Amino acid sequence: MYRYDEIDQKLVDERVVQFRDQTKRFLAGKLSEDEFRALRLRNGLYIQRYAPMLRIAIPYGLLSTKQLRKLAQITGKYDRGYGHFSTRQNLQLNWPKLERVPDILAELATVQMHAIQTSGNSFRNITTDHFAGVAQDEIVDSFVWCEVIRQWSTFHPEFSYLPRKFKFAVNGAKADRAAVAVHDIGLHALKDEKGEVGFRVLVGGGLGRTPAIGFVIREFLPWRHLLTYIEAILRVYNRYGRRDNIHKARIKILVKERGPEKFREEVDAEWAHLKDGPATLIAEEIARIESRFTRPNYLKLPATDVGLEAALAADRAFANWHKRNVHPHKKPGYAAVTLSLKKTGVPPGDVTVEQMEKIADLADRYSFGELRVSHEQNLIFADVQLADLHSLWQEVAALGFATPNVGLLTNIICCPGGDFCSLANAKSIPVAEAIQQRFDDLDYLHDIGEIDLNISGCMNACGHHHVGHIGILGVDKSGEEWYQIEVGGNQGEVRSGRGASLGKVIGPSFARAEIPDVIEKLIECYLARRDSDAERFIDVVHRIGVEPFKESVYGNADQRAAHRRGQLAAA
Amino acid sequence: MATLIKERRIVADSWQLLERGSKGELPEVPARGDVIIPLALWLARRDELLSRAGTGTLGVWLDANEGPEALDGDVQRFPLIAVNFPKFGDGRGYSIARLLRERYGYKGELRAIGDVLHDHLYFMEQCGFDAFALREDQDAQEALSAFDTFSDSYQTTVLRPVPLFRRRLAAGKT
Repeated sequence: MYRYDEIDQKLVDERVVQFRDQTKRFLAGKLSEDEFRALRLRNGLYIQRYAPMLRIAIPYGLLSTKQLRKLAQITGKYDRGYGHFSTRQNLQLNWPKLERVPDILAELATVQMHAIQTSGNSFRNITTDHFAGVAQDEIVDSFVWCEVIRQWSTFHPEFSYLPRKFKFAVNGAKADRAAVAVHDIGLHALKDEKGEVGFRVLVGGGLGRTPAIGFVIREFLPWRHLLTYIEAILRVYNRYGRRDNIHKARIKILVKERGPEKFREEVDAEWAHLKDGPATLIAEEIARIESRFTRPNYLKLPATDVGLEAALAADRAFANWHKRNVHPHKKPGYAAVTLSLKKTGVPPGDVTVEQMEKIADLADRYSFGELRVSHEQNLIFADVQLADLHSLWQEVAALGFATPNVGLLTNIICCPGGDFCSLANAKSIPVAEAIQQRFDDLDYLHDIGEIDLNISGCMNACGHHHVGHIGILGVDKSGEEWYQIEVGGNQGEVRSGRGASLGKVIGPSFARAEIPDVIEKLIECYLARRDSDAERFIDVVHRIGVEPFKESVYGNADQRAAHRRGQLAAA
Repeated sequence: MATLIKERRIVADSWQLLERGSKGELPEVPARGDVIIPLALWLARRDELLSRAGTGTLGVWLDANEGPEALDGDVQRFPLIAVNFPKFGDGRGYSIARLLRERYGYKGELRAIGDVLHDHLYFMEQCGFDAFALREDQDAQEALSAFDTFSDSYQTTVLRPVPLFRRRLAAGKT
């Protein structure tokens, strides 16, 4: 955890005072709906389909057990007893009362938390690799850089009213577990031949209704220049990004309209004025931020554990869980563990107050009192001793968080959808549940292997459907809920050689009841055509193209034409 | 009429803001008085307005889609430059203000006009505005408190040109 100093704390406290005053003026009729809207969104407060929704920031997904207990307490006191972890690594509450929100923010501030810039046309919560700081393939600890940027982006006076929301991701490892290519700005840490840290800077990626893969605006930006360079990008965007049409206001549209080369020239021209100015980072500041992070007090342990090996040999269920939900660690004798929030029948990412409290207890006992929220909506214990894995597994299983499905078909990323969200065209949670029920055979799931299935209830794409190997999108057809299927999306270079890509729609949409059948056909098509079980679904799509998958669902071109003729005749 | 806050005080306003006519035609410049003219008028009639500018009674205003680049070397000729916020959520004016102060070294009055609201004064002042023509419905007395919303900022701003991380370091060394 980054621990606030007095100034960090004071700013968050002052934010609470500010929002309390704004809420008071709104309730007194001194602020219009429209004006208050812009202010409350900056504090994560939406007015939703049935009630307000409050999005609490979990900066880069890192959380202490003290904070989690506070979240549990708030959820119990101000809400209906459960929260939802989102794909932005935040926590959403769906039932708080508007007039109580300042009190919630005040309670959050006591544990160095807030809801600053979790919504609105602002610089949002920065996301990163949920294995930051512990990954074996680490280049830098991305948390440190996320905190540098969090401070820079918090209440930035010049960039507080951007044309549209702005999403930022940082990846600090060889594998890209932060999906940097589908963010407004994505950073990928690198080291040059002298060992100097820098960043490959991508700009203009994003999901939503106009999905785009970011382009590399700079191959290697030395770390000192990080803030001045981002400032140059943001200034060009703030001045020239479109404000006439909400659907064309993201930076990706500006990049597209200008062309990447022209955009780069403009940024460079702006940067020439800012480069080497006072905002140039200094080593002392990076060291200061690094030193304010709590660090686990690791024991010197052997790389293997005899008890663990014995348990793996004796207990197949434990071995299955270990295979999917336990991840390598840079320290010998330790592992990172995923608590799956994707149990069939539970909306993905949802956690009750009691569960939050129990998770906090477990994290205290097993993982140095900290945990992370992943953008796949699971929780991570980053620092577990190998010798403790078996007992942790038993305790996690008792809570229902040991579903051994990380990386598998049923580890579905899913937005809250039409059950909760006022933007949604269709429900998404029941679709996830129906798929999880269809694929409930664990052996079959493991045989299918690694696959990302993502569901969004509308084209705003909170469920990241464009970058699911299979993506499902809820669409509205004259008042009815239908679902479009995409295949071939990929969130980023998690495995080397397969970069980020956007899925392609395979054809006309389906009714909700048909979805499990369609997914099954796609999976059967994959299984029949893979070279070996090492070749993943996404690899097969890229090797043979989308057409065979289309045929498996809709029949071949002749059959499709005949079907269309039949439909026309019937109409 | 809009209330003017200047340097954190409610003051009387001697300046008259000239706008384009309903058909987009440029306004006439009255012979006397302090006037703020649209950028387009300055650009169209610069030569004849130069002597008026020399008397210190000519200001210019930029719209959100315009920039200080258009004023080129003329910035220092004006005792007042205003920047329009067509809608409170339109943040372009913040960049324009910083550029005027930081890049063009403008030292005169920098005035926010248009949809200027209580809750934006803090950011506006940090970006270099020192005068604020509040929208008519705003409570000016109440709005004065907004300048102290935050006691510090992480970033490089016009009011705090040295970012917090350098000041923290300097404080730690003493």
